[in-house]
Amino acid sequence: MNAVMKPVDQRNARIRLRVNGEDVDVSFAPYKTLLEVLREDLDLTGTKHGCELGECGACAVLVDGQPLLSCLKLALECDGSVVETIEGLADGPELHPLQAAFSDHGGSQCGYCTPGVLMTAKGLLDQEPNPSRDRIKEALSGNLCRCTGYQQIVDSVEAAARAINETTVSERRAKA
Amino acid sequence: MSTGKKLDVIGHARRRIDGREKVTGQLRFADDLKLPRMLHMKLLRSSHPHALIESIDVARAKGYPGVHLVLTGRDFPVSFGIMPVAQDEYPLAPERVRYVGDPVAAVVAKDEQTASEALALIDVKYKSLPTIATPEEALAQPEARIHDYTDSGNIHRNQAFEFGDVAEALAKSDHIFEDLFFYEGDNHMAMEQHAALAKAEGDGKLTLWTSTQDPHYLHRQLARVLQMSAAHIRVIACDNGGGFGGKCDPAGHEFVVSKAALMLGRPVKICLTREEVFYLHRGRHPVLMKIRTGVTKEGKLTGMHLQTLLDGGAYGSHGPASTFYTGVLTPLTYELPRFKFDACRVFTNKPACGPKRGHGTPQPRFGQEVQLDKIAEKLKLDPADLRLNMVTKANSLTASWLKIGSNGLAECIRQVVEGSGWKQKHGKLPQGRGVGIACSSYMTGAGVSIYWNKMPHSGVQLSLDRSGQVTVFCGATEVGQGSNDVLAAVVAETLGISTKEVRCITGDTGITPIDLGSYSSRVTIMMGNAALQAAGRAREMLVTAAAEQLEVLPESIVLSRGRVFAAGDAAKSMSFAEAVVYAETKFGTLGTVGSYTPPKPPGKFKAAGVGPSPAYSFSACVVEVEVDEHTGWITVPKIWIAHDIGRALNPVLARGQVIGSIYMGLGEALMEEQVFRRLPPKLSNALVHKIPSLLEYKSITSLDMPEVEVFLIEDPDPNCPFGAKEVGQGPLLPVMPAVANAVFDAVGVRIDEVPITPEKILRALHLKREGKNPRVGPEHFPEVPYVEPTFVIPPAEGGDGKESQQPERKPAQKLMERAMS
Repeated sequence: MNAVMKPVDQRNARIRLRVNGEDVDVSFAPYKTLLEVLREDLDLTGTKHGCELGECGACAVLVDGQPLLSCLKLALECDGSVVETIEGLADGPELHPLQAAFSDHGGSQCGYCTPGVLMTAKGLLDQEPNPSRDRIKEALSGNLCRCTGYQQIVDSVEAAARAINETTVSERRAKA
Repeated sequence: MSTGKKLDVIGHARRRIDGREKVTGQLRFADDLKLPRMLHMKLLRSSHPHALIESIDVARAKGYPGVHLVLTGRDFPVSFGIMPVAQDEYPLAPERVRYVGDPVAAVVAKDEQTASEALALIDVKYKSLPTIATPEEALAQPEARIHDYTDSGNIHRNQAFEFGDVAEALAKSDHIFEDLFFYEGDNHMAMEQHAALAKAEGDGKLTLWTSTQDPHYLHRQLARVLQMSAAHIRVIACDNGGGFGGKCDPAGHEFVVSKAALMLGRPVKICLTREEVFYLHRGRHPVLMKIRTGVTKEGKLTGMHLQTLLDGGAYGSHGPASTFYTGVLTPLTYELPRFKFDACRVFTNKPACGPKRGHGTPQPRFGQEVQLDKIAEKLKLDPADLRLNMVTKANSLTASWLKIGSNGLAECIRQVVEGSGWKQKHGKLPQGRGVGIACSSYMTGAGVSIYWNKMPHSGVQLSLDRSGQVTVFCGATEVGQGSNDVLAAVVAETLGISTKEVRCITGDTGITPIDLGSYSSRVTIMMGNAALQAAGRAREMLVTAAAEQLEVLPESIVLSRGRVFAAGDAAKSMSFAEAVVYAETKFGTLGTVGSYTPPKPPGKFKAAGVGPSPAYSFSACVVEVEVDEHTGWITVPKIWIAHDIGRALNPVLARGQVIGSIYMGLGEALMEEQVFRRLPPKLSNALVHKIPSLLEYKSITSLDMPEVEVFLIEDPDPNCPFGAKEVGQGPLLPVMPAVANAVFDAVGVRIDEVPITPEKILRALHLKREGKNPRVGPEHFPEVPYVEPTFVIPPAEGGDGKESQQPERKPAQKLMERAMS
């Protein structure tokens, strides 16, 4: 019965993260994934889980700007990382163009896969502001959605890309 | 109802009322909830497909640090089940396990990790029993019984109905087509795994937050199993991360977590793993079908004899209803003077099957629509024309006594034929490319409740106050389909305000009027009609008070865009909030209610309640495929779907339901399957799930999904709120047969079963090259001891809707026997 010898408090791992623009110090049991630390220790429950095995994309967040399946990453490996989650996507009350587009074009039905899809799409648009439809489908092919049939998701990402580009153009004009 | 004004809200594309919280991560699903002092639960599941539990030793698990409670079947003496006639399941198996994954014990601990570790310390001794893997085995081995409560062997349900003498109709037909089809089972695969959080309130009452489509039925079952007054239980259906029927059954963990919370006086939460969701299942039944159809040389149907054999898995679930649904909706699409169906559901040692999107009807529709393609081929008729020439009429009765109201099927067929360029494509595309067509129909809400009662199916309560706020309460459950948006839209349109001004409180048995749940495509019509009544009553009060204040006739008052005014007199106007103030002054505190009960079905025979609906939707679908003859790989470049929706309340959401249905149907057509395998004898010979993970359970990704062109046919149905019929399930149904028919058009082989995999295509192409029948599908239909059918004379033959007592109307089987002897 050596199991009885197990330490009762396992929250002995500690890392620093920059999450959605805020520096946080978090301690947790060392076996935890980034997903578990976000959801359970930082109360960022916007990030979801659908499979625990890196198969569905519901847990996607941006780590140092890159989409990452947080259920496959030990939190301990993330010390010093910059993490973006769905909670940080809007600018205060102002929705990110992706969020507005998903609301208006049916990109989100039950909403469960939505945070992962949105963060993956943000990762794409941050790198490629004008992706083709096929490129969007490719970038989102690791995010499973059971409701939409993907068509309105792709429509939403396209609409958001247009909106972002229009804003950028008008901002440039305003500066000129 | 008509308010005499043009519609401000209904029919306009709008951001759904819960759109913002869905995209900001603020929507709380059950597993997102956390309460002070909350504990976590994990379940130990059976590793045996069929065994007696000889003993369970939980002592070591109980003593493990951090463990608060261990429960076993002994703690749950009362069984449950969604259907009153199939209460055959226990929260934790008391003495016998019936499939790999059956829950046998639960550990509640300070965290999930500790609970999981303690599960490994529970010692269960099993005594293996013979395992039944297939319906054929179940019929052949009646003595290895999985349940003792059924009439005989492993037959769970046996149902048979005959509407008119089918043997006679077939005998008089120019052609008889007999085909066997098989439809593999599949899982809902909702992205959210089931989670539940139970809390013993300070007053000793229970609150359960859970992923459920049917909080009302769960509420009743909790009272039964926990042996507690239902009035002391509150079920809150959290927003569901998809349901598709997979969250309709009460689930074992919901009872266990509740009991644990009551025993410990602390909140307890559980979230199933994806593997456990595949074990809980309740998905599409695997169904073997035999269809005999009589046809005239002009291509009109004379009669059909449909036989189905359902693989039910280990428990009843919705099985009795599922069994009916493999037959009852078949006659809705085409004129069919006589119809007989025999349906049998058997138990096997696999996770229980239940309702999945389309509940029991995709399987026979697949068979029927593929057979029609064969009929058209044989009669050298265009498959679209064949269908168009025999569609059912609006305001008619089927041979089986279903009342069809509005019917847009002909228009659906015309739209997809034109939109897809069918006439230029069918039979004319190069080898390897083809198109297929299929149609379907689905009910807009089941006409009867799951348990017998005469009360409303949906209730809505509305409260307004002097601030101008409008709050609407309804037991309806959001599964992602947008039911809250429908509720807000109906109220907003009636009161002349925007949906943003309506607060919806839904799916909470403690504070919302009862709605039966999100199943059978019933929410829009039933909740919507109840909301229309409640809002109409509130509108009356506002109109009366405003007319008095504005000194005009009540008939002239218009409520629109947040204003209450006299038609044609711009000066006589006030804001909506001012009108509420006048109404509150005049009538006192404002509140109204509304409810909805579906009309009585026209059939009067026993079980005539299954199938009737206040309205039916219709769909037609054309699928184009490209088949690589070297690899068997099927590519689907495009799908056209026309859906007779009555009216689209919010076109963005309606289109989303249609495209989502196409997606799910295409997955079932091409790849999805919940299948099992036996381990080798030198291991345990156990029957295990082949693929309990999302990587191995293949579903369509954004890369596989074709473009879908949607045609919404809008002819408002008088029974529906603003004319809106169902849209969540119907459009799935024609996809699978349309794919099979397109494959035939492309490469000339028949795949009479789903999923239609590359391997099956290659096998069929091989048969074709060898000059054999180029068909892959079931070869044999077992001897099923179907019961004598209930014989009912069809309306067109002068029937009265009751079971026929006329001695000369012998059941067809006997007539056939006589004819054969």
